[in-house]
Amino acid sequence: MSDVMAGQSAGTAQEQATPASGPTTGKDRSLWGDVGYELMRNPVFWISLILVLIVLSMSFAPQLWAHTSPNTSGACQLEHAREKPSSAHPFGYTSAGCDMWASVVWGAGKSVIVAILVTIGTVIMGLVLGTASGFFGGFTDTIISRVTDVFFGLPFILGALVFLAIFPDRNVWTLTAVLTILGWTSLTRVMRGSVIATKQKDYVDAARALGGSNFFIIRKHILANSVAPLIVLATIGLGSFIGAEATLTYLGVGYQRPTVSWGLLVDDGQNLALAGFPHLLVIPAAFIVVTVLAFILLGDALRDALDPRTR
Amino acid sequence: MGRYVARRLIQFIPVILGTLFLLHIMSVLTIQLVGDPVRALFGENAPPASVIQQMRADYNLDDPCLQQPGNPCVGLFIDRLSQYATFNFGINFRGREVTELFVERFPVTVRLTVIALVFESIVGVFLGVMAGLRKDKFVDNFVRFSTVILIAFPVFVFGTLTQLFIGLQLGLKVRDSSWAPEWLGQMINVGYTSDYPWLSLVLPGIVLGAFSLAAIARLTRTSLIENLRSDYVRTARAKGLPASRVVGVHTLRNSLIPVVTYIGIDIGLLLGGALVTEGIFNIPGVGQLVYLAIQANDTPVILGVVTILVIVFLVANLIVDILYAALDPRIRYE
Amino acid sequence: MSNTTTDSPSRSNESAARTKKSPLSGLSFDSTAPLLEVENLQVEFHTRDGVAHAVNNVSFTVNEGETLGILGESGCGKSVTAQAIMGILDTPPARVAGGQVRYRGVDLLQLEEKTRRHIRANKIAMIFQDALSSLNPVFTVGWQLGELYREHSGMSRKDAKVKAVELLEMVGIPAAKARVNDFPHQFSGGMRQRVMIAMALALEPDIIIADEPTTALDVTVQAQVMALLAELQREMRLGLILITHDMGVVADVADKICVMYAGHAVERADVYDIYERPAHPYTKALLESIPRVDQKGQELTVIKGLPPALVNPPSGCAFHPRCAFATDRCKTDEPPLYQVPGDRLSACHYWEEVVKS
Repeated sequence: MSDVMAGQSAGTAQEQATPASGPTTGKDRSLWGDVGYELMRNPVFWISLILVLIVLSMSFAPQLWAHTSPNTSGACQLEHAREKPSSAHPFGYTSAGCDMWASVVWGAGKSVIVAILVTIGTVIMGLVLGTASGFFGGFTDTIISRVTDVFFGLPFILGALVFLAIFPDRNVWTLTAVLTILGWTSLTRVMRGSVIATKQKDYVDAARALGGSNFFIIRKHILANSVAPLIVLATIGLGSFIGAEATLTYLGVGYQRPTVSWGLLVDDGQNLALAGFPHLLVIPAAFIVVTVLAFILLGDALRDALDPRTR
Repeated sequence: MGRYVARRLIQFIPVILGTLFLLHIMSVLTIQLVGDPVRALFGENAPPASVIQQMRADYNLDDPCLQQPGNPCVGLFIDRLSQYATFNFGINFRGREVTELFVERFPVTVRLTVIALVFESIVGVFLGVMAGLRKDKFVDNFVRFSTVILIAFPVFVFGTLTQLFIGLQLGLKVRDSSWAPEWLGQMINVGYTSDYPWLSLVLPGIVLGAFSLAAIARLTRTSLIENLRSDYVRTARAKGLPASRVVGVHTLRNSLIPVVTYIGIDIGLLLGGALVTEGIFNIPGVGQLVYLAIQANDTPVILGVVTILVIVFLVANLIVDILYAALDPRIRYE
Repeated sequence: MSNTTTDSPSRSNESAARTKKSPLSGLSFDSTAPLLEVENLQVEFHTRDGVAHAVNNVSFTVNEGETLGILGESGCGKSVTAQAIMGILDTPPARVAGGQVRYRGVDLLQLEEKTRRHIRANKIAMIFQDALSSLNPVFTVGWQLGELYREHSGMSRKDAKVKAVELLEMVGIPAAKARVNDFPHQFSGGMRQRVMIAMALALEPDIIIADEPTTALDVTVQAQVMALLAELQREMRLGLILITHDMGVVADVADKICVMYAGHAVERADVYDIYERPAHPYTKALLESIPRVDQKGQELTVIKGLPPALVNPPSGCAFHPRCAFATDRCKTDEPPLYQVPGDRLSACHYWEEVVKS
């Protein structure tokens, strides 16, 4: 599938829009200074950042948020199973009799850690493969692009199923491996497009004429230009990987019981909610949605701050 | 245009072979690492070797290459390909042909997917255009706000919540009330009933299409805003054309190009999402087939159905690519 | 003795089915008035950093068969002026803050949008700089040309296509019958610009505004396109406004020149007078900065400094920070347009010195 270069039609400078250039405030602001300034003023950025930090702390230090893990023996008692929220326990109990709040808190890490690992994996692959493909072109590009096409041909859930349905071990590492194998293509394509666009710019020719080696040019110019969209996509991607892991777990090919994880809580909740226990579904569902939303909004805020056209 | 189509077809063949090979390798590798599913079927019991041998042969699992981790089993792959060519996608663990099961359940899934596609494209484009035309006004902010929230819902979350609050709670109220017509009550339901093959798929269809609707709306909006700033729109205005024509004809045509591209990718999302949605709403479609197979550990079904779906996906993508060239003449001469 | 006539539907006999009543009937055009008169036009832009005064009290006149060259560097307001005349500015953030734009005596700025829309392309047409981005990439050239006839003259598709082929032939595109079905990206740069010219001339307007029509082309093609423009102007007795920053192009073609700087019209004169004896320091500096073949081996003369930010222009004369003739007076007193002998105007307190040097 061909890349539609947005620069083809639109984007030529509209003479009517901006007044003549020239330092308007008298001090030169660097890119990151500008970005920081934009971000500070954006309330969405702050809200999403706080939420993200909360979720991250729940993932790595759940004891700060809920004293007893539902995994400790004796923490779950069947006599409390499915109890609805009350003033003593504002989130009620799960179908296994564990405290709902503790379950969601201690379950956060399962999803988030997988998402973080997958993001790291896809970013590395995207950087390496995308840059190689875009910068060197020719045979390298053909091979990498065809391989990307092949992987693209495998819709995400379907591919994950084939692998996970047969593989009996379903833990952090298998989930991470599967999601990375199926998810590396997007970032690679984007990086490739970004590198190709940057490569055509005049300052790269200038750097080469000044004797810059390939490695130097890649590091200094190409990567510098692609860092911004990469950060944005990685952040949003992290959110979507959380959703992806939860989906696989919900389907039964992710974490298995008795592991406490969000996907399984929703699975339990679904059947019982229809029978009259909505809290079993709504609470874990809300946690998933708010977490994914926080990452997406954070990525959006970063994108708005980094996009030169809205500045 | 003809040359472009020919080129696309030529590019298509290695990709589909490659993807099928990828699927093949994934399944082969797991069997090599983990042991074959036939053995696992029996769990603790140990039937006579001849029975196992027979089953292995039936399910194409008796190739010795499966004992050697790392062997890509090309011979096995070619065998499988020739089977696919004769529409043989394997048999499930109870002896029924996957192809037969697929054909039985396919129409329902098609209906569901069509509803989702129609819903997401029409409403998505409409919202995107409204938001793009009234940038930064209420409509725009509302669309941006609601779509970003919609995108944060994984399909299964949206589906389960919708089933609970709209299908069950709202639905009961509607069905019990005296003023609501029958069809409305059936539309807002918790699951599929064959009595209302289209109506009872409306809610699941909306659930299936919800994520893509949000994506399409945002894409349309961004595309429209960008195109409205372009030079050819300035020219169209300078030609004295009315605003309705400048936007409705000149800008829209260009703005929809990325949306068509997206729909190609979307079909893959819809296939996966159908799986989840059919599971939630108890729809007897292809997705539920896979869903049940997961729970029953019926590997040949999973592999067989996924293979069929991958082929469907790639063919659909090919069609979308060709449609794209019909919309954007620059591509035809690449 | 005024001659007011109500607008008649067309000048040529070729217009096909005019099924709609002309929306311009009801306007009383004055056929003795100049074709286009811009008087004290002011355009502002409301941006995040403040109000940018893009066009300040610019005035000029264009008569039939005359070519006015608007000269100036990027950002001086020449395109904004053109778009204000056409009425295609984005009105937020732009705002026409004052002045009049009179077409045959009728102030276009006072008309309602519906009427103005009919003036565009029918009476006043515009050619843009980059034909590749200015033409819609997804429609054929024939469709885009024919659109003018279909929308404004009510022609059928078939008839419009026939006219489109005629237009292409008129601007010198070979194999017009075949090329009418091609897309803009299939043409070369020069051919595309000719298509733009054809599009402007389709409805036989009285005035053409060409905004940097040759800037994106290379020199030989430039010459061809300018020659075409000049020939068509002569044949059709058009008023032509040529906007450019290229002093060479404008010297060939223009009858009068208006030099703009920072949104102001700083000098207006006959083309020969401007080149021979400029009366404004900016014009003089522009002329001096043209590289000359007989000055090999010497440093190029440049105008030191940068054009000002229009949100916060310098006090007094906008050019004073970069001017060789500037004194303290220039920092405080904004110069009006002084009368210079020979039907010229210059916005400089010291124009006499400039002329003498």
